Amino acid sequence: MIDYQFNIADLCFALPEIFMLSAAVVILLLDLYTSERFQNLTYYLTQITLFVTGYLAFTLIGESQVIFDGTFVLDTMGSTLKIFTMGFAMVALVYTRHYLKVHNLFKGEYFVLALLSILGMMVMISAHSLLTIYLGLEIMSLSLYTLIAIARDRATAVEAALKYFVLGAIASGLLLYGMSMIYGITGALDIAQIATFATSATLVSEQVLILNFGLVFLVIGIAFKLGAVPFHMWVPDVYQGAPTSVTMFLSTVPKIAAAAMLIRLMIDGLGAMQAYWSDLFMVLAILSIALGSLVALMQSNIKRLLAYSTISHIGFILLGFATGVIEGYGAAAFYVLAYILMSLAAFGSIIALNKQGFEAEQVSDFRGLSKHSPWFALIMLVVMLSMAGVPPFIGFFSKLFILQQVVSAGYVYLAIIAVVFAVISAYYYLQIIKTMYFDDADKEIVVTAPLDMKVVLSINGILILVIGLMPSYWMELAISLF
Amino acid sequence: MDSLLNILIWLPVLGGGLVIAIGNKRSDIAKWVAVAIAVAVFVLSLGLWTGFDTSTSDMQFVLDLPWIEQFNIRYHIGIDGISMPLIILTTFSTILVIVAGWEVIQNRPADYMAAFLMMEGVIIGVFSSMDAILFYVFWEASLIPMLLIIGIWGGQNRVYAAVKFFLYTFLGSVFLLVSLIYMYTIQGDGASFSLAVLNDLALTLTEQSWIFWAFFLAFAVKVPMFPVHTWLPDAHVQAPTGGSVILAAIMLKMGGYGFFRFSLPITPDASSEFATVVIVLSLIAIVYIGFVALVQKDMKKLIAYSSISHMGFVTLGVFSLFSIVEMGTDGNIIGSLEGVYLGLEGAMIQMISHGFISAAMFLVVGVLYDRLHSRDISTYGGVINSMPKFTGFAVLFAMANAGLPGTSGFVGEFMVILSVLQANFWYAFLAATTLIIGAAYTLWMVKRVFWGPVTNSAVSTLSDINNREFFILAILAVAVIVMGVYPQPVVEVMHASVVNLLEQALTTKLPVTL
Repeated sequence: MIDYQFNIADLCFALPEIFMLSAAVVILLLDLYTSERFQNLTYYLTQITLFVTGYLAFTLIGESQVIFDGTFVLDTMGSTLKIFTMGFAMVALVYTRHYLKVHNLFKGEYFVLALLSILGMMVMISAHSLLTIYLGLEIMSLSLYTLIAIARDRATAVEAALKYFVLGAIASGLLLYGMSMIYGITGALDIAQIATFATSATLVSEQVLILNFGLVFLVIGIAFKLGAVPFHMWVPDVYQGAPTSVTMFLSTVPKIAAAAMLIRLMIDGLGAMQAYWSDLFMVLAILSIALGSLVALMQSNIKRLLAYSTISHIGFILLGFATGVIEGYGAAAFYVLAYILMSLAAFGSIIALNKQGFEAEQVSDFRGLSKHSPWFALIMLVVMLSMAGVPPFIGFFSKLFILQQVVSAGYVYLAIIAVVFAVISAYYYLQIIKTMYFDDADKEIVVTAPLDMKVVLSINGILILVIGLMPSYWMELAISLF
Repeated sequence: MDSLLNILIWLPVLGGGLVIAIGNKRSDIAKWVAVAIAVAVFVLSLGLWTGFDTSTSDMQFVLDLPWIEQFNIRYHIGIDGISMPLIILTTFSTILVIVAGWEVIQNRPADYMAAFLMMEGVIIGVFSSMDAILFYVFWEASLIPMLLIIGIWGGQNRVYAAVKFFLYTFLGSVFLLVSLIYMYTIQGDGASFSLAVLNDLALTLTEQSWIFWAFFLAFAVKVPMFPVHTWLPDAHVQAPTGGSVILAAIMLKMGGYGFFRFSLPITPDASSEFATVVIVLSLIAIVYIGFVALVQKDMKKLIAYSSISHMGFVTLGVFSLFSIVEMGTDGNIIGSLEGVYLGLEGAMIQMISHGFISAAMFLVVGVLYDRLHSRDISTYGGVINSMPKFTGFAVLFAMANAGLPGTSGFVGEFMVILSVLQANFWYAFLAATTLIIGAAYTLWMVKRVFWGPVTNSAVSTLSDINNREFFILAILAVAVIVMGVYPQPVVEVMHASVVNLLEQALTTKLPVTL
């Protein structure tokens, strides 16, 4: 460490992060001095920032470099994930604006906090040392806690923020504990050095034991962040309590960062221990799929329902990582993409129903949507069928790829369990379709969302079908990340 | 002409989108566009018949494009003598249901027509897929329009019926998916989901047994076979007339088709092993469900049970082949080839004939339901007094349903019974009882609904069928009689494929033990 020479040229590899941080600070300052009339300025600047950051990440594709004394890595996977993060965040913010406007929550800080949490995600994606991972995680989480509490008049939001904060702190603690074990035995924070240590043939059994011990805590930390059973307790409460726009943000964009954390720690760092963590992931995956599918059956609050549905999707993603082969990781990455696309559209549809003084929260709020807004009902129909895994939508293919890898890894019984629960989960997706299409409309519901949101939501819905019909390119991309 | 099949799949799907775009507000235009598309698709599908080469069992009208390259999933479509008649049945029935819904459907008529068009395309996709995953995609996608048709335009208890229909068939088919994936993964390098590859894939008896039952679950639910038939009466009773017609005429055939296309060629040894189980279940369906039909008070339910009973002949005809012939050690088939062809072709004829008859029966009930909004047999009585023309058709179709010689209902059942007679006398005996039970429940219903005194004053005010209804029923009447008198062309079309299928079904995939 003492030999480390700071090289100014290295900074260009962290350009997206640097730009993002500067822009966030500038926007925060600008927001202080702009009058109410130019409120939208913050929003537009945020969108531009996201776009430019995405572009910067795009220009860095193909570069591969470990910089800052091994704490930060730039590779194609990182750049690609960053581009996706920006893209999804832009979509999420389009939906968010409508929600904030109708509920008088439109504040500049919201966007700054969103940018900062995205900065945290970018650091996580590019982290190459245990410390950087932790740093990114905390930047992201602290911003998210505050985002939830931004609706400070709502008791449920404050409760959700507090709950998320406390449980998030416990998760961070467990993760740190695991990291300390790994550091203690390997004497390194650098992921590459940890990997070298873990693969060395001279390990004695005590060393393997301690590595394993640390590994378990890392897995718990990751499971906490992803919301996998049995570390899912916070998910339904936070999803339900947070303002819908934050729930949407929470359930979509950070999943990329969480997946990146998993990839960096488990696959890059402790790839040699794959046999151990695969088993752990399998248990987490099956529990998540089962519980997510079963408990969602009883929900009438749609945000809570989607929280359980997220848990079961996370189960499928973990199943892909558990296979321990590159195609399996690719399938999991594809599933993350598919899940975020579906989740954005689902929450987007909920937000589209919001209007001044009306918060859409119950499944029954969708009643009769197909009569009054057939197009948006159709989008929600597509999303629900896709989440249920019905072809020809993207959700089917993401499940197909995962199942194919699971079967090919020799776990036919896991595939059977997974599909049975997929059928069970189809029941509650059908309930939403039923509410929209089969129930008689007792009141007029009209989607009053602004044009930009309608357009983006429509494209979002169409993509679920189109990528479903042509998943080949995206699957190729997902596999090429590893 | 290689892309004709492709046009047949996508024209109705995109046409359905067009009809939705025209919208319910301009439903007059939407209806005409819908019927124009349906007729165009039917006329184009006749090109499959005229351009079909009956001398070969090879796939025809083939189109093979890469789709998902990572897993070697291909957009591979083609038809043979087994799928071609079913495709034409599909395009034919779609015209009927669109015309039948003309003025009856007041709620969102454009969406209604569009749903049937899209379903038509998807089902043609099912019958023409040569890639297992492509098949599965179409297979599952066909559930979506049917779910909406039952749920939006159905009766009182439509939500229950729609959800039950969806979940039942969804549960059945996910195991099909897992077994397809399994067969893909054991192939190693250059693995493929192509049906031709799966047909030649060597599988141990244990593997085949698991796969056979996974297939069985998917297809038996669809057929439906006893004891997984319970969704069908609910779905039929609640579905609008058009939904019932498509469900009975085409969707049930997807199950029978699955046995032909998947179970027999891919798991021949397991099929042989478990043939008796399937035969017993088929006989239970034929006899027991026939008795269940006898006691129904609801006309649609009665026809639904009668459908299950008639579809029993399809599975019976298919799986009795293992009791009639076997593959000799020298590669020659031992046993009565004639008998086997009778069984397999009888099963196919039965599927097509049932497509006509059940469609007709549901349309008949639909005509009555549109007028009095009741499906209960007890509401009616003496309908002949006010609707003589209609009664003429109804009685003809009832006779066909009962299996009267000269109608298509007789041909398929008779062929299957003759074939089964060579397998086992008692099988044939039990199957033949359907001629009595079927006649009993159908004719008893006819007696109570159409004949006798007018018990309900509303019945006496019924108006006879209009031109539109006359047109639909007349076409079906012609189809039923032509198929009954001269089924030969259909048999010829499928013969080469049936011969090939038999070969595949009898060729063991197990290592030869010396």
